[in-house]
Amino acid sequence: MDIIDTIKEQIENNSILLYMKGSPNQPQCGFSAQTVQAVMACGERFAYVDVLSNPDVRANLPKYANWPTFPQLWVEGELIGGCDIVMEMSESGELQTLIKEAAAASAAKQQA
Amino acid sequence: MLVQQEIETQLQQSLEPLFLEVTNESHMHSVPPNSETHFRVVAVAEQFEGQRKVARHQRIYHLLASQLEGPVHALALHLYTPAEWQSREASARPSPDCMGGSQADKENN
Repeated sequence: MDIIDTIKEQIENNSILLYMKGSPNQPQCGFSAQTVQAVMACGERFAYVDVLSNPDVRANLPKYANWPTFPQLWVEGELIGGCDIVMEMSESGELQTLIKEAAAASAAKQQA
Repeated sequence: MLVQQEIETQLQQSLEPLFLEVTNESHMHSVPPNSETHFRVVAVAEQFEGQRKVARHQRIYHLLASQLEGPVHALALHLYTPAEWQSREASARPSPDCMGGSQADKENN
């Protein structure tokens, strides 16, 4: 499958998706570490893609997203932001609301 | 011209910021001395009024596209309207410590 199609599918099929360097337990970059911590603190399940072990995604997602760096948080098909935006949203409480709503919407969809 | 100067000049001209601070944070990461790879930008501009955060960042990425395609590997952005800046008491969060991701790069490449 074309790498862009793979990326589109990942974004479409995972309502809360974090592209990061390393894994949630072993982040390989300080920006990814802060971001994944903020997402985990919301207490909902989320998907992640380690771009260090997926070089095709790392090379192609920035152009598709119009966003040059990692991490990237995507919620319900929309780019929310990188570390700086996610941390600011976490401090203001916006992140928690967004993640909770996305998790609830995706649970409702699965039940329907 | 130094990459840092390029970034400063480009942003100064395009954003007309009330406050602009460009910091080279490369020394905090596992790159050779005097590298220009990791930067942090704090900018306060009236142009950000009414713009979502993602849109503000994408504007900067667009302005600095050639630097990002070239030497710049990480760009931390703290972008505020004058009112937001005032309510933050004129401060932005510092960048996190490096965790050695480029070491993983070497292993993977």
